[in-house]
Amino acid sequence: MVRETTIDRTQGLHPILIALAAWIVPGAGHLWGGQRVKGLVFLVMLPLMFAVGLALEGRLFPFELSQPLVALAAIADVGIGAPYLVGKALSLGVGTVTAVTYEYGNTFLIVAGLLNLLVVCDAWDLVTGRK
Amino acid sequence: MHSHFLLLIVFAFFVSTVFATLMRDEIGQQIRFGGVLFGGFVVGAVVFGWLMYPIPL
Repeated sequence: MVRETTIDRTQGLHPILIALAAWIVPGAGHLWGGQRVKGLVFLVMLPLMFAVGLALEGRLFPFELSQPLVALAAIADVGIGAPYLVGKALSLGVGTVTAVTYEYGNTFLIVAGLLNLLVVCDAWDLVTGRK
Repeated sequence: MHSHFLLLIVFAFFVSTVFATLMRDEIGQQIRFGGVLFGGFVVGAVVFGWLMYPIPL
């Protein structure tokens, strides 16, 4: 029996569609490409890291172009995809500046988003045959 | 969860797990690489913390 490769599984699908799915649902790109273990690890770990960031009273930064660092942090936050949208919809991530864990929370939120962007790049490489 | 060290451990666990899964394909290699990353994070932070100890606030 010939083993189905990632390229076979995703043939006919535009890589942008898979990258979009990988961004919205962490790990979806790998699951779609047949890499179940990797996909499941990302699906569990990244939203969990994001949730820990929210629990630590971190802030989901707004897009304020007048403050470049805040805007960059916002871009990193959005990198996690659906969990960010859910968090915003539920008015989570207000951020308590006076909380001891505020900066830790921000770090967890930002790094979770950036890691998911790396995962999206990896999914892109998989479906385009670069990896 | 106000322990700085516990938060460091949790952060190192998440990042090293995701990186090891991303960078290695075989499960054995992933565990080994993840362990090295995790150890590097924790030991590096403790060493760096002690190096900063003599520096006044």
